[in-house]
Amino acid sequence: MVAFAQSVPGAVLILGGGVPALAGTELGPRMMVFLQSVLSGVLVGGVYALIGIGLTMIFGVMRVTNFAHGELVMLGMYLTWGLFHWLRLDPFLSIVLVAPALFLWGAFLQRAFVNRVLDALPQNQILLTIGLGLVMSNGVMLAFTSDYRILTTSYSSASYDLAGISVSKPLLYAFLVTVAITVLLYGFLLRTDTGQAIRATAQDREAAQLMGINVRWTSMLAFGIGAALAGAAGALISPTYYIFPQVGSAFTLKAFVIVVLGGMGSVVGATLGGVIIGLTESLAAVYIAGGLKDLVVFVLFLALLVFKPSGLLGKTRA
Amino acid sequence: MLRIDKLNFSYGDLKVLWDVDLEVRDREIVTVVGANGAGKSTILKNVSRLVRPSSGALRFGDVDLRRLASHEVVELGVVHVPEGRRIFPEMTVLENLRMGSFPRATRQDRARNIERAFTLFPRLKERQKQLGGTMSGGEQQMLAIARGLMGNPKLLLLDEPSLGLSPLLVKNIFEIIREINRQGTTILLVEQNVYQSLRLASRAYVLETGRVVLSGTGAELLDNAHVKKAFLGM
Repeated sequence: MVAFAQSVPGAVLILGGGVPALAGTELGPRMMVFLQSVLSGVLVGGVYALIGIGLTMIFGVMRVTNFAHGELVMLGMYLTWGLFHWLRLDPFLSIVLVAPALFLWGAFLQRAFVNRVLDALPQNQILLTIGLGLVMSNGVMLAFTSDYRILTTSYSSASYDLAGISVSKPLLYAFLVTVAITVLLYGFLLRTDTGQAIRATAQDREAAQLMGINVRWTSMLAFGIGAALAGAAGALISPTYYIFPQVGSAFTLKAFVIVVLGGMGSVVGATLGGVIIGLTESLAAVYIAGGLKDLVVFVLFLALLVFKPSGLLGKTRA
Repeated sequence: MLRIDKLNFSYGDLKVLWDVDLEVRDREIVTVVGANGAGKSTILKNVSRLVRPSSGALRFGDVDLRRLASHEVVELGVVHVPEGRRIFPEMTVLENLRMGSFPRATRQDRARNIERAFTLFPRLKERQKQLGGTMSGGEQQMLAIARGLMGNPKLLLLDEPSLGLSPLLVKNIFEIIREINRQGTTILLVEQNVYQSLRLASRAYVLETGRVVLSGTGAELLDNAHVKKAFLGM
């Protein structure tokens, strides 16, 4: 598969070789490199988690794996780029526009397409979502060509110095926004009637109907929220990644690994899975080789499938 | 209150219900008894619109249920407590109860209904923070019924509430069903426990391979020779 070979460029620019000036620190240089890569991994992992949470919510409620998920991230990136390019809107502010736009787009995709295959065979569901992804990436390619775009803000390559460890400003902001969104999402799912209805639908669709929950509506809502999270993630990483029409496939794959790792359908699992994948990539890039970080991620993934197929927090289903 | 006329239903090529007529009047406890696989649960699933009938009429008051989706049936006050409890396993007891009052019109009574559930089932009060999936079968059954009551049902559909419970708990559950009825809720009960449910019923129907073969008051059927022979081992 093409997607396996395709790593996400851009992040390497800022993170991969991120060995800061080490002179005069009390900790040894080896320790500093380690801490640096752990920190970078956690920051990127937070954004990965956001993408994974969206995918796992969609899977949990509909039992459909959305293979167009990365393309939703891609749309979020382009939208953010456009808002920045034409309206000079800061990428972190544009989330308030990008996330709702992707929510509507996701809800539309669910209503118009995905809703029709809920009872279909899994392979047909996969074909549909892959098809939707292709239409999105090729549509964007038609409109914007396949040129790489870069969104350069005043702080794109700026970093804070934390006792000798450099912290990329855009990634730190992205991480903080991710944490805020995740906390809000958890609150929504745990405390509100609508959020609980989404969880109920995921746990037992038929029983949810018997509670008076309109599961067609919760499904549309879940897809919309999943898409909004993907779009928000796209906006958050747009200052640090190259933006091009095919960028989505790598994210789809990553999100899929995160979701399986965390346990299909588990939001907490996806949060954890995202951070683990971010950490693994970062550590692998530093200690093994930058080009092999995806390989390490997939080896870890396969090992998990062998030893704990239900995922870290997944339940074994009968 | 509930009228079912000439209900026919098939799962694919397998015909499950044949011209079933059934009526539940206000404040009654009506039971449908019959062997495993006779089609008892399928009747309830048709009422709560989890499945679509091949033909026949389903009316609740003057509402044609065939025009409604499942969640709209619940909003009318027809609440189905399904076979196998179907508790949300990763929600606490309290969250499960809250889900029972999801329909907007019932949310204002939520606090009062939770109190009522805890009075009927004190065990649930002790367990309110526990995850539904970690409770025993009997506790889950109590929760399933309590959750159903959260929706202010006018008509409660109960599917095999005694299944898999110890004899003592079965007795307990039947007493609670009687108490719920006394408090004003009409009940349509589907059971394999023929003796207990006929004792409880105002009226009853006997279902055999998808057809209603007998109907009458609970006492009449308990005395019926066929019922005695086929279900009570007498």
